[in-house]
Amino acid sequence: MTVAPAPTLDELRARVDQMQGRPAAQPVATHPAFAGLLQLQTGSSYAVDSASLAMALMAGPSADGAWCGVVGSAEFGLEAAAAAGVELRRTILVPDPGEAWLEVTAALIDVLGVVVVAAPAEVSGKDVSRISARLRQRGGVLIAYGDWPRCDARVSLRDAEWVGLGRGHGHLQARRVTVEVRRGSGPARAGRLWLPDRAQVIRRAEQEPTQLRSVS
Amino acid sequence: MAPGRTMVLWAPDWPIVAVESSASTPAAVLHKGQVLACSQAARAEGVRRGMRRRDAQSRCPGLALHDYNPDADARAFETVLTAIEELSPGVAPLRPGLCAINVPARFYGGEAEAAAVIAERLVRLGVWDVRAGIADGLFAAEQAARRALAQDSLVVPPGGSAQFLRDLPVDALDDESIVGLLRRMGLLTLGDFAALSPADVHTRFGTHGELLHRMARGLNPQPISRRQVPPEFEATLMLEPPLDLAEQIAFSVRTTAEKFVTDLAGHGLVCTTVLIEVDTDGSLATSRRWMHPRWFGPTDLVDRVRWQLSVDGVIKAPVDAVRLIPEVTEPLGDHADSLFGGGPDERVERGVARVQSIVGHEAVVSVSVQGGRGPAERQLLAPWGERPVAARAAGLPWPGSLPPPAPATVYLEPQQAMVVGAEGQAIGVTGRGMVTGEPARFRAAAGQDWQPVASWAGPWPVDDQWWDEVAARRIARFQVVGVDGSAYLMIVEGGSWWTEARYD
Repeated sequence: MTVAPAPTLDELRARVDQMQGRPAAQPVATHPAFAGLLQLQTGSSYAVDSASLAMALMAGPSADGAWCGVVGSAEFGLEAAAAAGVELRRTILVPDPGEAWLEVTAALIDVLGVVVVAAPAEVSGKDVSRISARLRQRGGVLIAYGDWPRCDARVSLRDAEWVGLGRGHGHLQARRVTVEVRRGSGPARAGRLWLPDRAQVIRRAEQEPTQLRSVS
Repeated sequence: MAPGRTMVLWAPDWPIVAVESSASTPAAVLHKGQVLACSQAARAEGVRRGMRRRDAQSRCPGLALHDYNPDADARAFETVLTAIEELSPGVAPLRPGLCAINVPARFYGGEAEAAAVIAERLVRLGVWDVRAGIADGLFAAEQAARRALAQDSLVVPPGGSAQFLRDLPVDALDDESIVGLLRRMGLLTLGDFAALSPADVHTRFGTHGELLHRMARGLNPQPISRRQVPPEFEATLMLEPPLDLAEQIAFSVRTTAEKFVTDLAGHGLVCTTVLIEVDTDGSLATSRRWMHPRWFGPTDLVDRVRWQLSVDGVIKAPVDAVRLIPEVTEPLGDHADSLFGGGPDERVERGVARVQSIVGHEAVVSVSVQGGRGPAERQLLAPWGERPVAARAAGLPWPGSLPPPAPATVYLEPQQAMVVGAEGQAIGVTGRGMVTGEPARFRAAAGQDWQPVASWAGPWPVDDQWWDEVAARRIARFQVVGVDGSAYLMIVEGGSWWTEARYD
């Protein structure tokens, strides 16, 4: 007996999901800069370690018409979010939910496409499974700013290089970062991104030709 | 059959009456720097309509000046209309201070008597100077009212309008272009104008001129259009015995809320802003205006009542009445669900209402960007459902604001930071906006580790609101990037460093 090829396995999983009465994970519009690194899916949770990464992940679904909610972060930079491509008219903020943050998150997952949550405290495994069940049932996407146990992918940012600022002159213009996506225990995928570039666009940083300067 | 007789009621200097100034103190209402109306006392001092502010004040130094507010005029006149409506239905408001009714002569035993009854009612209301004119047509009645004495009436007998109008100057027509023309043509009284043949008037002055000609001849070209008595949409819940638990009251108010919404819907209206008033012990305890992004349904109203009552310290005594007063109503058609959606969709609406019931109305906010120099000033938050009002326009150039990218984390309260030079000396900014040394190490917040500065720029001085002694700030902004790639926006104010925002 041979092992079934991968597509068949996926199909079977989809059928199991269907028979269990829950929608199979559907791909969600993701910012093109993440192509090859990460594809957001309904019913999944993602942990990020930077506010601008959270905004970049929100930008795809938000531009596609989804409503977004941000729970527990009063320090969410609105101007940066708008520049990243988040539609502020379809964004709801609950800056200070206090003790009720988990309830609020669950209630927002019911109706919004993307919920960003900055958990004020340690999240227990029980709460995580409750939220995950709700996410799968409603087809929402959860982006946790900070740690989130058993998330589908951890997206982190490293090797940030700022462009435009010198020692006492210039101003911040662009940032080149390495985005690392880690799923479970598998190997990490990494890519260089402009977050954002000089035109305030988030895009892949390709191998750019070295700029030659005339010296004579 | 005799045509209906018309009574015009005129309250002279209505803008003055509306600002509740007594006739004995000199007062004037100004519009665009000119006197629009003045009280009797001011007129005695020589103040006239159309006079400039300074001229009026030089004639009468004690003149109390008020700004013209047409809405307030109309609101004040509304009480007069209601009072007249109680005596005789079908009032046609012409403008604030002037209205017309059909004379209820038979009921009150005569035209002059009817006018006296109405005048008495209005005087009791506090409108001292009211004059009535009664004639066949609206125009003649208005002219009669203008010539009546205070609290008296002038009755033009049936069929006598033409004769009454004959000796009046053409200015009574109140149409500057045609009056000027008539004067230049040597027609000084309405009688002269009325003597022209209608065909000639039509040829020379057109349809509008013909209408004025008919008025001058004492005919009644336009029947008055009476206003409909405005329907009462206010819904009140009387609680007997009074209740003091928010949940109980919210439960009881449901039927009232349903009636409120149904009544409005019956007139093809929906309510988008509602004023909720709560009485305890027969006096007003709390009143608050609520807005809704779409319109209020019964459940929304019940929620608002509950939220309003749940605020600590509002309910000190048992509640005996809850009133729902529609402040803004809009036609249902404007709010019908469109075929392809539009506005926040209903599911989101309900979900957010649920969140609001968990954390409170103000805790859920909708967001946008406004103008300002610092990143925190540029954030605009408004409770969900209320229209965000930008204090500063976003589109204008804001000198002193930083070029993009914008920081992703904007601290609500600036964090205390430390920046030192290579020898550990404090770095500051001189009064001339020069930095005193090169920053070498920094700490972005109190609990964080020190790290070397990789690059920095600044100071960008901002002299904010220098004209306001209290709000004035002199600060200088810096951008500082650490060796680990973390970037901060810092300010120096009075020698100490603060982290305003983080580019993370």
